[in-house]
Amino acid sequence: MSISTLIWILLGLSSLAYYLGLKRALAISGGQVRHLHSLPSYYGYYTALWCGLPALAFLILWTLLEERIIILAVGASLPEELQNLPSERLELVFNQVRTALSSANASEDPVICAAADRYRALQAISNRCLAVVALMAAGLGAMWARRRIRPDLPARNLVEKTLETLLAASSALAILTTVGILLSVLFESIRFFELVPATEFLFGLNWSPQLAIRPDQVGASGAFGFIPLLVGTLLTSAVAMAVAAPIGLLSAIYLAEFAHPQVRAVAKPLLEILAGVPTVVYGFFAALVVAPFLRQAGEVLGLTIASESALGAGLVMGIMIVPFVSSISEDVIHAVPQSLRDGAYALGATRAEAITQVVIPAALPGIVGGMLLAISRAIGETMIVVMAAGLTAKLTINPLDSVTTITVQIVTLLIGDQEFDSPKTLAAFALGLVLFVLTLGLNVIALYVVRKYRESYE
Amino acid sequence: MPNPPSTPAELSLPATQAVLESAARDRLDQLPAAIGDYTVPEPRLTCRGVNVFYGEKQAIFNVNLDIGQREVIALIGPSGCGKSTFLRCLNRMNDTIEGCRVEGEIKLDGVDIYHDGLDPVILRARVGMVFQKPNPFPKSIYDNVAYGPRIHGLARNRTELDEIVEDSLRKAGLWEEVKDRLDQPGTGLSGGQQQRLCIARAIAVNPEVLLMDEPCSALDPIATATIEQLIDELRTQYSIVIVTHNMQQAARVSQRTAYFHLGRLIEIGPTAKIFTNPRHPLTEDYITGRFG
Ligand SMILES: Nc1ncnc2c1ncn2[C@@H]1O[C@H](COP(=O)(O)OP(=O)(O)OP(=O)(O)O)[C@@H](O)[C@H]1O
Ligand SMILES: [Mg+2]
Repeated sequence: MSISTLIWILLGLSSLAYYLGLKRALAISGGQVRHLHSLPSYYGYYTALWCGLPALAFLILWTLLEERIIILAVGASLPEELQNLPSERLELVFNQVRTALSSANASEDPVICAAADRYRALQAISNRCLAVVALMAAGLGAMWARRRIRPDLPARNLVEKTLETLLAASSALAILTTVGILLSVLFESIRFFELVPATEFLFGLNWSPQLAIRPDQVGASGAFGFIPLLVGTLLTSAVAMAVAAPIGLLSAIYLAEFAHPQVRAVAKPLLEILAGVPTVVYGFFAALVVAPFLRQAGEVLGLTIASESALGAGLVMGIMIVPFVSSISEDVIHAVPQSLRDGAYALGATRAEAITQVVIPAALPGIVGGMLLAISRAIGETMIVVMAAGLTAKLTINPLDSVTTITVQIVTLLIGDQEFDSPKTLAAFALGLVLFVLTLGLNVIALYVVRKYRESYE
Repeated sequence: MPNPPSTPAELSLPATQAVLESAARDRLDQLPAAIGDYTVPEPRLTCRGVNVFYGEKQAIFNVNLDIGQREVIALIGPSGCGKSTFLRCLNRMNDTIEGCRVEGEIKLDGVDIYHDGLDPVILRARVGMVFQKPNPFPKSIYDNVAYGPRIHGLARNRTELDEIVEDSLRKAGLWEEVKDRLDQPGTGLSGGQQQRLCIARAIAVNPEVLLMDEPCSALDPIATATIEQLIDELRTQYSIVIVTHNMQQAARVSQRTAYFHLGRLIEIGPTAKIFTNPRHPLTEDYITGRFG
């Protein structure tokens, strides 16, 4: 029986259990629902939960462990000489067995074939056991719950408690994933720092992670100073903010203070679409439209602008993050109490004076928060810079030159066939960690600033 | 200006539902102009036939009222009767409300304030306003008071500005409390101090008329007493229109009192007379506390 059929059957059983519980509750109440602690339907849910949840938990646990146990059993049945192989080689054998499972890749080797057959047989048995045990758990759970139904059983509280636990478990899952990502990046980074000293990485001015193919080649170890990448990242982000901050803020002021409500209702979502355009598309735009345009403009002005430049990438990235600035700024400007505007108008302030001297200062912390979020977005942006900023690490603050960024380097480091534990590959994780810390820090500050602002107006 | 006949639908405000039964006998729509003399010898502001509409809904009906030099006039009446709406007409703050329309004639020193050529910005410098809830700007105490003089260019240099700020804070009775912390944010003051700061801010531009919409409703009795005393002192220089729900306050600070009911001016006269000898039954009901 496949897992999905089993789940469907469990669902069916649970609904059955709901009716059993409901009927039981009605029966013991003797038609007087008031005598029950909870509404009858809660007794139904209570029974259904007892029917479904233990069986489901069992099912999940079983599927997680099944593969490992079967492999152990298959391993025990392998011939002696294979069993004594070192564990990595043994793992290879198991991989062969796994591929041989699908009939299309049937193996030549009779040993592997036999192992695959055994695997299949064990899996069939396991499946059958799982079905029987899960269904039994469901039945027993339902029956047990049904027998426990008494008028004074606090079914509503129990059901609510269970649901609350489920909700908490979902959010815990999301948080744990973040922690897991951080930890995996952290561990790989630690391995990197065992190969390359952290001081060289953090303060080195030279980045060329090209490793030698042969050990005797010159420059075998590469250089892993990440300062040029940091400078490149900050440069493109600065260009982006130079575009996004004024455009975003001014459009926010227009939308919040001047635009007719109907204009606003249309313009705001339109602006927010900018944030929804896939960044690859912005990348095309940067590489195919903006970069050539900049180069030509540069020729007219007598400037040499590289075909891949921080300026081009930054400009397009700026357009991309305009909605981050404008949307949040618009919200906070809108949230400035009308009483402050009235206060300014009542003193004879013009609209411009009220906006620039009262509304904007009052909204400033929120606006700053929005800007910080936009910056962290720009720092983490990958596709546009990959396509438009360049690949070679140069330590420069000239926006007309090509630069490379942390994200670009992570991409290039992980492309191609590399040994997984070479410093070159591990460097990607160290860069990822730096990026994570950088954007996390900015986000925390931004959230703090925004919350502070919220507090000051109720 | 002819009054549109009032229909039951127009009067069916939840807040005034209870009033309706007793109001029915008075046949509001057939009322003549307000009881009492609404004119004064040397008026600063004259309002004639003022109607105010929020969209289709009329909130003020044909109000005639004069506001004299150096007097305090109190506007009283049940909630929703249009006191704030009328007050806001006097410095055109209603302009900022979408769909609000004002008809009739309001003159400040003989000049129609709704005349096309008149800039509301200049009008509001001459007719200041203090709001129900203190609304200091998120700036320092000094900058709060200096805001008006700055935008109107009233001070030629820093010393003059300092003088204006100190003078306004003194008049508002706040100087002693804040003189050592002028650079701290105005939002950090107590509610009563904030309201006095807002009064100081309003008088710093040296207006001729001061409009106050329930300036003490958020304050404790002591802060209220301070502000009432302040109003009494300010009367020597300004005309003050104050909206209040507090009968004793109206009796204490004002020389004339106007009673509003469902958008109409019902009775107007010297405060002492209104409170001791009201002529209209609605006024009597209100000030004796039978509703409101
Ligand atoms: N912005 C607005 N849009 C539409 N109707 C409004 C608006 N402001 C006030 N009104 C209506 O106009 C009428 C008068 O309101 P106003 O605020 O002037 O009453 P008020 O006498 O000041 O009441 P309160 O004593 O509660 O402050 C009310 O019926 C109110 O619902
Ligand atoms: Mg009011």
